[in-house]
Amino acid sequence: MSQPGTTGHAAFRDYPLNAWYAAAWDHEVGRNLLAKTVAGRPIVFYRTTAGRAVALADACWHRLAPLSMGKLRGDDEIMCGYHGICYDADGRATFMPAQDTINPSATVHSYPVVERHRYVWVWPGDPALADPDTVPDLYWNDHPDWAGDGKTIHVNCSYQLIVDNLMDLTHEQFVHGSSIGHDSLSESDFEVTHTGNTVTVTKWMLGIDPPPFWKRNLQDRFPDYDGPVDRWQIINYTAPSTVAIDVGVAKAGTGAPDGDRSQGVTGTVINTMTPETDNTCFYLWAFARDWCTDKQVITTRLREGVSGVFFEDEVMLEAQQRGIEANPGYDFYNLNIDAGSMWTRRIVARLIAAEQGSDTGRDDDHSDHAAAALSAVTAAENARTEAGNGHSGTGMEAEVGDGVAKHRDRPEAGLMGRGI
Amino acid sequence: MGATSHKRWGRARVVDVCEVAQYVRQVVLAPERMDAPAPPGSHIDIGVYVNGRADVRSYSVVGSGAYGNEIVLGVQLARQSRGGSAFIHQLRRGQEVQVTQPLQNFPLNYGRPGYVLAAGGIGITALVAMGKTLKARGADYRFVYGARSRSLMAFVDELATEHGERMELRVDDEGTGMDVDELVASVPAGGELYVCGPAPMLDAIKAAWARTGRRPSELRFETFGSSGRFAPEAFRVRIPRLGLETTVSGDVSMLEALEACGAEMMYDCRRGECGLCQVKVLDVRGAIDHRDVFLSDAQHEKNDRLQSCVSRVVSPHTAGSGGDRDAEYGTVTIDVP
Repeated sequence: MSQPGTTGHAAFRDYPLNAWYAAAWDHEVGRNLLAKTVAGRPIVFYRTTAGRAVALADACWHRLAPLSMGKLRGDDEIMCGYHGICYDADGRATFMPAQDTINPSATVHSYPVVERHRYVWVWPGDPALADPDTVPDLYWNDHPDWAGDGKTIHVNCSYQLIVDNLMDLTHEQFVHGSSIGHDSLSESDFEVTHTGNTVTVTKWMLGIDPPPFWKRNLQDRFPDYDGPVDRWQIINYTAPSTVAIDVGVAKAGTGAPDGDRSQGVTGTVINTMTPETDNTCFYLWAFARDWCTDKQVITTRLREGVSGVFFEDEVMLEAQQRGIEANPGYDFYNLNIDAGSMWTRRIVARLIAAEQGSDTGRDDDHSDHAAAALSAVTAAENARTEAGNGHSGTGMEAEVGDGVAKHRDRPEAGLMGRGI
Repeated sequence: MGATSHKRWGRARVVDVCEVAQYVRQVVLAPERMDAPAPPGSHIDIGVYVNGRADVRSYSVVGSGAYGNEIVLGVQLARQSRGGSAFIHQLRRGQEVQVTQPLQNFPLNYGRPGYVLAAGGIGITALVAMGKTLKARGADYRFVYGARSRSLMAFVDELATEHGERMELRVDDEGTGMDVDELVASVPAGGELYVCGPAPMLDAIKAAWARTGRRPSELRFETFGSSGRFAPEAFRVRIPRLGLETTVSGDVSMLEALEACGAEMMYDCRRGECGLCQVKVLDVRGAIDHRDVFLSDAQHEKNDRLQSCVSRVVSPHTAGSGGDRDAEYGTVTIDVP
């Protein structure tokens, strides 16, 4: 049974472990030691000479010194910098100091790793469940029909706050007023749908003046067009923390809502968040586009432009995290605009519950808690009734209550005496 | 003020139950833990048992007792109740209930040049503590308490004694019903009007307030989404996309009925404020009884969406558009996220 006393919306800070998390860009993992904490697990990443990415627990089996302070050895091994114990890519010891044998239990955990679409994904949970087919499909990152690039931001907030941020883009009007914000964002209706582990939020803004960012993008392709546009934002969430947003504008009235985007430009904002700790995360993002894909200057312009936009988010998200921590007794008040984020949180709560062997989920429905409490109350009440005490019996028990005693001591404490 | 406190559930013992008006019982609870007296305007959530199911209801805190360690509620056995008030009315001394700490969504702003409190019927429970506080602070206030008839008015003698000439009763069947335009006009510039009452009264006051062009933020009101234009009755809901159809009986919400029949629903406040449990209305036979405060009047009139936690549907007969009394249910065809 859920315990809402410990998991309010605002305090929500859990992440599933049985999930692929993007730990780094592919180019960051090489013949060097990269230390990263993923989902609370310290991990050291490196690449074998054959090119395979490796993720080992960043704590030597011997006395827990970080292996990331050691060095690479041979084609695929890592040597602890403290006493020289060496491990292969599977985490098995290959060398022990001051003994001729290898201690058979000398291993460190080797995390499942998959490289896909320019990211190195790691699975912090049960390796038996790590299915490479479930890595989120972010093909835009390395598909020939798309061009783009991105960065990593280390953000001092729960990864869930970034998911929230991306699931409700009305914030663009207020946080990003100078670039992608537009009054129509908070005025337009949106539609939310969901499946078992995905959520989609769709918003169309028809016949609007494009905000500066999109005006320029459209003019990359149609230099002479200066008119109104149809703008779309289709937010696609995949649990637990990947959000790919199909965004773009087309010349107004040219059929984009019906699927004809030939008179427009389309981008995909690729976002995947990796929890580091309860209240910090890595935010790996990229912006891929389908127009002028041969122009590196546009790739750089968009990467730096989006980077500036996301810095505005970073400032707000870190301040929000501090706000949450400064108000420990308070919950979020969720609004209609939070529907997308609420679905993602429900899915994540279910994933966590499944890992913990619970079948009820850690949702925030207080009535669950009240239900449990009430059934106990009701059972006790029934027991009393069965004992033949009836109402007079329960009344007698009440007499010992503090409040009743006080009430009797002060007969004048009628209605007004009770302070009403 | 205004942020949402994290609810803490705890036990409370029923220490007193007594009739304070026709259909109204005062229930005094002694919570196991009470950190501070309940602030004026606060409410508690209480675990209730309705038709064999556990559920949660919200009731305004009338007062905190002479020692500030009790929770006094006034609960009307509502004709339009879905069963929560019946549970409260069955409580007896010595029983235990589960309650939250006092929660504040209706705070009183201090330091205004004048106040008008307007209670309709059982809505008085939300304003009793405000009146007491305003009096204690020496504020300039007017306390208007209306109801259909005097026998239904809880706490009326005590309030008249406490507030003297500042207390004005408006009793429909005594020919002194409430005049909302006069009420609104009597709020001094910079003053505030606090309202708690049934939906039609609230709607009338909101409309009168808007007509005067006054700042919306100076009209304060609270709703638990519990009363509408019509008494609750059973109606049918269909979700063609999911192939689901169910009957919403008079004592459950549409949200609950949809969940029970297998539609996965999103929601949060469950009192018609937040807009999360909104569903799209594709067709309606009968009339939608909107009971939320999320949508505007204009949006209500479009009838293309509704808040499923509080809003209901009534039959064409009930809505006054003909049809046999028992021949058909109201029916609404919807889609959900």
